[in-house]
Amino acid sequence: MFRNTYDSDNTVFSPQGRLHQVEYALEAVKQGSAAVGLRSKTHAVLLALKRSTGELASYQQKMFRIDDHVGIAIAGLTSDARVLSNFMRQQAMSSRMVFNRPIPVNRLVSAIADKAQVNTQEYGRRPYGVGFLVIGQDVNGPHLYEFSPSGNSYEYYAMSIGARSQSAKTYLEKHYESFADASLEDLIKHGLHALRETLQQDKELNVNNTSIGIIGPKSDAEEKPTPGGSFRILENDAVQPFLVTMRTKEELAAEEAEERRAQKEREAAEAAAAAPPAAAGDDDVQMSG
Amino acid sequence: MDHFPASWGRPRNDAVDAYSTFPVHQRPQNTPKDAFSAGVQRTQQPIVTGTSVLAIKYKDGIMMAADNLASYGSLARFKDVQRLHPVGNNTVIGAGGDMSDFQYIQSILDELSIGEFTAQDGNTLGPAEIHEYLAQVMYARRTKMNPLWNALLVGGVSGGKKSLAFVDLLGTTYSASTLATGYGAHIAQPLLREAVEGREDTLTEEQASSIIENSMRVLFYRDARSLNKYQVATITEAGVNISDSKYLETAWSFAEGIRGYGAQTQ
Amino acid sequence: MTSIGTGYDLSASTYSPDGRIFQVEYANKAVENSGTAIGLKVKDGIVLAVEKLVHSKLLVPEANRRIQTIDRHIGLATAGLLADGRHLSNRARDEAASYRDVYNAPPPLSNIVDRLGLYVQAYTLYSSVRPFGISTILGSVDQNGPSLYVVEPSGVFYGYNGAAVGKGRQLAKTEIEKLKLSELSLREAVMEAARIIYVVHEDAKDKEFELEISWIGPESNNLHVHVPKDLFQEAESKAKEALETFED
Repeated sequence: MFRNTYDSDNTVFSPQGRLHQVEYALEAVKQGSAAVGLRSKTHAVLLALKRSTGELASYQQKMFRIDDHVGIAIAGLTSDARVLSNFMRQQAMSSRMVFNRPIPVNRLVSAIADKAQVNTQEYGRRPYGVGFLVIGQDVNGPHLYEFSPSGNSYEYYAMSIGARSQSAKTYLEKHYESFADASLEDLIKHGLHALRETLQQDKELNVNNTSIGIIGPKSDAEEKPTPGGSFRILENDAVQPFLVTMRTKEELAAEEAEERRAQKEREAAEAAAAAPPAAAGDDDVQMSG
Repeated sequence: MDHFPASWGRPRNDAVDAYSTFPVHQRPQNTPKDAFSAGVQRTQQPIVTGTSVLAIKYKDGIMMAADNLASYGSLARFKDVQRLHPVGNNTVIGAGGDMSDFQYIQSILDELSIGEFTAQDGNTLGPAEIHEYLAQVMYARRTKMNPLWNALLVGGVSGGKKSLAFVDLLGTTYSASTLATGYGAHIAQPLLREAVEGREDTLTEEQASSIIENSMRVLFYRDARSLNKYQVATITEAGVNISDSKYLETAWSFAEGIRGYGAQTQ
Repeated sequence: MTSIGTGYDLSASTYSPDGRIFQVEYANKAVENSGTAIGLKVKDGIVLAVEKLVHSKLLVPEANRRIQTIDRHIGLATAGLLADGRHLSNRARDEAASYRDVYNAPPPLSNIVDRLGLYVQAYTLYSSVRPFGISTILGSVDQNGPSLYVVEPSGVFYGYNGAAVGKGRQLAKTEIEKLKLSELSLREAVMEAARIIYVVHEDAKDKEFELEISWIGPESNNLHVHVPKDLFQEAESKAKEALETFED
């Protein structure tokens, strides 16, 4: 493996102003199985792929409940995640105790990001080796955040982390504009489709390897009522009603082709009806405004 | 529990380790603290004090009143003290009791609201949150036998909901549609209940204002630590307004007829 | 570069034979790689603006702020490692709170910058820490009027009438120098700030970015807040217009 003089500890900038140890920590996140998160106007959901070390072992825990209104999915070192999620729980409880207020989600995420930053600046520590997707609900509605070992945190419409998460990201970038008004069922379906993209060849999502975390009003497909607050984690049989809604990749491709064809026809019709022809919409959305 | 295994099973003082063979600079001690520092005396009475605060719910929100007097014992020492303090955009606290402790409470609440402002994330502390926080502070201090010597009313409107609650130096809390601290809890509270209960959502600002004024007048007649100069805070969905000082109209001519009052000798 | 491979550049606690501290210079490199941040001081207020490079179109616009509020009347914008910026702004808030604790008055910016300079400098002394990978612009308005400072990774700080840090700082400085800062109104300064950010972004045209502007002045009640939406939109559309004429 390639190495250089500037990558042995946190306290050294490379001549380019980079922090190699931090970048390696980001690689540790990519070693973990993938997690996907997305949100609509009413809901935020997490989906994660659980690994198992073998027939005799249980599947790993990918989701943690932080408070009634906050939950996380992780990718990377589980033990680091447990430490950080304990801290998050303490922060959440402290907010409830001192102010009688559910902690604002962005502040909770910033709190662990600030904690992680310290581990990128001091000698004798390593950066955390885990990334989180955090969903939560507060006065401004549902939110989705990403936390990473570099000490950065961002709010997203949809995001994926972990192994092969780039493929899921590609799916999300293609469809995210429809998420805002999607129903919970459709949101989860999109999430499952994105998560599927991260699977190895000839593997598929099933009740054992898929976890779903939800914030927002209940779906008809959820049999059990939510205990406590609005965040809940669905596992095993509870996942089944959502798995069956998935479409195969071939079906999706066919639908897409059909959609493109219809689009073309519409454009042709419009072009015929009105001159000059209307310009095709640009997929890229301007991030300003 | 002493978590340092090296100190387990050792005698309770350091006499046996006079040469500090123990490898840690400062060993945790299980012995009692020295008598002098343990003998610290805490606040046992308030010094400069404010008297009653009154507050009621009315149609548009909360109305709260307190006079401008800070007494030094029975001396009317400061006659221009504001005992109503806005916190954030939709909360007011009113304080009776020790005025320097109240000033300290104002400064911690100010720090708190700066923390909330600097987050710039749209989250704010409403009256319920501020009351909870104060209750925690007051209870923690009394548990340390070092109370902040106040009785506080916290009123406000948040998300269309009126909120009015009490907390005192013991950390005791309660809430009701009319509240009063100090002498007012005895004298004014029954009057307020009579006038307000069941009408919280119909009383107009004028009606509420006259209920408050009447109660303040009764208090000025009856409470020797009160003043006929007071301020009224209204907290509505639109925000906080704390009035300029008002003066109570009172008549004392009846006093001439009271035996033992004034210059009469017989 | 003469620094590489000499072994004198691996720790902030090591001088090179010619008396340089390379780790601090490398920290400056982290600043140079980041989106530009600028600050303008005009008669009655301060404007801060940043070019926030957008690494994904999945990001929620306006949610991921790079301009922070330190006290009611103090704003802070950083260029460099984002997380370091949050670290320093948390420290700045603590310093402001500590000043208020002692003096029961809003802290003057000169005082806060002084303390921050000392804090940042401490991270250039030891091998057990690395310097801050950020340059920080701080602005405030108090009873003595507006003030504007920049704190660098070395811990050194200067006061400015107009400041620029980050990748496009050279061009930004040139543009700021063309302005008559003492004659601008605060609203005009907002327009200019937006225009300058758009101009300096031209060099990295292929990358998406989001403009972020805050101000402190009479219209904001001397509080540090992001500019109101309508003003922001006006500034942004004017900036885009100006850019088109700039190109022609």
